[in-house]
Amino acid sequence: MTALSSRHIISMDDLSADDITLILDTAESFAEVNERRIKKLPTLRGRTVINLFLEPSTRTRTSFEIAAKRLSADAINMTGSASATVKGESLRDTAATLSAMACDLIVVRHSYAGAPHVLTECMDAHVVNGGDGMHQHPTQALLDLFTMRRRASRLEGLTVGIVGDIAHSRVAGSLVPALLTVGATPVIIAPPTLLPARPDVLGAEVSTSLDEALPALDVAYMLRIQMERAEGMPFPSLREYARFYGMNEARLAAAKPDMFVMHPGPMNRGVEVSSGVADSPRTVVLDQVNAGVAVRMAVMYLLLGGEGGGAAA
Amino acid sequence: MAYRTKAVVMDGSAIDRALTRIAHEILEANSGCGTIALAGIVTRGTVVAARLAERIERIEGTSVPVGTLDISFYRDDVATRLAPEVHRTDIPFDVEGRNIVLVDDVLFTGRTIRAAMDAIMDYGRPASIQLAVLVDRGHRELPIRADYVGKNVPTSRKERVRVALSEIDETGDSVVIEEEVAG
Amino acid sequence: MALLLKGGRIVDPAVGLDRVADMIVRDGRVVEIGEDLSIPKGVTIECAEKVVVPGLVDVHVHLREPGREYAETIASGTRAAAHGGFTAVCAMPNTTPVCDTGSKVRFVIERAEETGVVRVHPLGALTKGSAGEALAEIGDMVVEGAVAFTDDGHGVTDAGMMRRVMDYARAFDAVVASHCEDASLAGRGVVNEGVVSTRLGLPGQPAAAEEVQVARDLRLAELTGCRLHLQHLSTAGSLELVRAAKERGVPVTCEVTPHHLFLDEDAIGPSYDTDLKMNPPLRTAADRQALVAAVLEGTVDCIASDHAPHGPHEKALEFELAPFGTTGLETALSLVVTHLVHPGELDWADLVRLMATGPRAVFGLPEVRLEAGAVADITVIDPEARVEVTKEWFVSSSANSAFLGGTLLGKATDVLVGGRFALRNGKVVD
Repeated sequence: MTALSSRHIISMDDLSADDITLILDTAESFAEVNERRIKKLPTLRGRTVINLFLEPSTRTRTSFEIAAKRLSADAINMTGSASATVKGESLRDTAATLSAMACDLIVVRHSYAGAPHVLTECMDAHVVNGGDGMHQHPTQALLDLFTMRRRASRLEGLTVGIVGDIAHSRVAGSLVPALLTVGATPVIIAPPTLLPARPDVLGAEVSTSLDEALPALDVAYMLRIQMERAEGMPFPSLREYARFYGMNEARLAAAKPDMFVMHPGPMNRGVEVSSGVADSPRTVVLDQVNAGVAVRMAVMYLLLGGEGGGAAA
Repeated sequence: MAYRTKAVVMDGSAIDRALTRIAHEILEANSGCGTIALAGIVTRGTVVAARLAERIERIEGTSVPVGTLDISFYRDDVATRLAPEVHRTDIPFDVEGRNIVLVDDVLFTGRTIRAAMDAIMDYGRPASIQLAVLVDRGHRELPIRADYVGKNVPTSRKERVRVALSEIDETGDSVVIEEEVAG
Repeated sequence: MALLLKGGRIVDPAVGLDRVADMIVRDGRVVEIGEDLSIPKGVTIECAEKVVVPGLVDVHVHLREPGREYAETIASGTRAAAHGGFTAVCAMPNTTPVCDTGSKVRFVIERAEETGVVRVHPLGALTKGSAGEALAEIGDMVVEGAVAFTDDGHGVTDAGMMRRVMDYARAFDAVVASHCEDASLAGRGVVNEGVVSTRLGLPGQPAAAEEVQVARDLRLAELTGCRLHLQHLSTAGSLELVRAAKERGVPVTCEVTPHHLFLDEDAIGPSYDTDLKMNPPLRTAADRQALVAAVLEGTVDCIASDHAPHGPHEKALEFELAPFGTTGLETALSLVVTHLVHPGELDWADLVRLMATGPRAVFGLPEVRLEAGAVADITVIDPEARVEVTKEWFVSSSANSAFLGGTLLGKATDVLVGGRFALRNGKVVD
């Protein structure tokens, strides 16, 4: 197959196993480009990509921007806050304005779930979800799969522990269905205060003890802990969190010898991951960052190349 | 659309002879193989490049670097057509200052070669770029010509030239012209 | 003027009536019910194959005036009510400003007399500004015509405050209507906490957020002896609590909405349709079935729409930002007929109890019985009329209906308010 089955990337639920393989294989080619001295391709010359980031995020925005520019697309950043749209221009009005500027692809990061879907309703452009509220962050899941496939040489059959704030994490929201689609086994590991209301509907195994779950894991995916919350902290202290749910040298020693550690970044050293683990060769955080650009190039190429969607030959 | 064979223009031994001649021509034009590298354009250009490299090594006794070039991301029709399959590009040599011989199976409009030249340039500044093809079927749309040609094959635009190479094709080595079957 | 309702099936369980007959209305009152009646002059309405019932009442309606007239006014909201078959509505006090003094109650009543086409009974706020901090002038509002009191829109956070309100309201024999929602449990929740909140990554409100306050307010009604009406109950657990309280003799009534009876959270999908965002949220299929069972067994006193109009620009926002609420006045009757009467779950007498007699009893509104001498508040229903629910079909100023796109069977064709047409042949009469 040569084209994606969907003309937007909103949720990992939209992507089949074939779609995921196509994206990861294409990303391998772009990863090669990213190792060259001249990291630029003329592929998307003349196309316009808008990064609409209505929630602060330097890392993801930069990654999308580099991806667009390496493909020679005109990349334009628009930042703001979703709350500003309450007072002034609504998201639909913003979308109408961007449509009038004839952009070909829009990447949207937004504080509220479902915002990318709103854009698909009122724009002709391809929409890529760069993270919506507590819902999904599909390109993060794709770059995570890319990193896992390179490190473990397979995806099928891997047991991946996802540790931490599952309830509020769009990273987990995308990674769990992505792992299920490719035949891996996700295990979500968190105190009950950080689990979603119905973890069973996600299809992942659930554990409240990292130490119990640890021996089975091929990958330990440590989610970032949000340090400030309006509704109060869901655990007593960072120290206690680190003691029960942090990845440290002792846990690394107790795990499978080839288990590796991932983190979507930025890491809170000493909380989710101890400093020693963070700097160890068993942690692949920088590989994830590298993969981010290649995967996002692949997504843009596959959506904008051809006529998008299933129309391409 | 259906096609049928119109003529077999090269068989296995013709292809062999043509490649051996091209290997000699490349060495002659570049005064040996000291500065050259081959870059095969996927898929069949890669095979042709490997065969040329093998012949050059047999003649000269030293190996010549060979790379693989996928030009999917350099095509000028990305907007309307995705490449059927994207392959990994692998240029395991420094392009800077070298004489690069692009290798492909068939030269047609020249657009693929234009894309390949762009791709090579993104790796560095070669001393020169030359072009070797097994078949030149004409109908150029860009000011491009081959330096080394296995066989010139006059065709009509509606015909198709199929190159089969035993490394990847079950039918073994051949170059065939096919024409459309009406209806 | 004299009216003859000819050949309709007249149903009123309060007077033991369910038969095909004629009815004469003169000078705003029912004059006679019997066979083969005629009038020398006046208007004859052909009611064959139709059902004639006491005028329907919706005890939970947001008319938005004053403050948000772009979404609804007393004029447009009462026309929507007539279109839906209602002869009276109870207006919630969460307008801008909040209806929390006698003069604001008077405003609503006077506006309704000037611009409305059906009766409007305002509710007043329990606390000043519905802020939950200080008693509102409940006595003054009773005198000016408020029929009950509520801080609808959110719960009364402080249990001590709720107790004081209920104690005080008893002095005026006023009904306290409660929107049960514990803010600390509901949090930022915009859907039911469970499968859909997990799938769509939306903050959820657990069923317990409602049930905790239902249990609290039932205990406070027992403590104070105040009459309590529980608004828009949405969970199986809430109905369980009400059932037990009624058995203990607690003076409590309750309502459920058509959207909680006929929709559940599974309707909310990846399109994040904000017309399906309401408070309390759509619950599980099991909750929905428990609500229907409670209606059938009689635990539920009335069906109320919680008609909550919003402008299109408000509902066009992201799901988490859009306001709560669906319109309901114009679909409530058709939904109940389609989903409960036609399948034989309810008979017409049950419908009268749930949508005419029950609602009046909840807030002590004047009774309407289909017998000689009664005020002629009458609804005529065509059970076989098809309704395509489209934006254009609504008379309300707003079209944020959770039921858009549906086809329903059964609707009001004529509505008489005090003998005067508010709806005739399906058209609102100004």
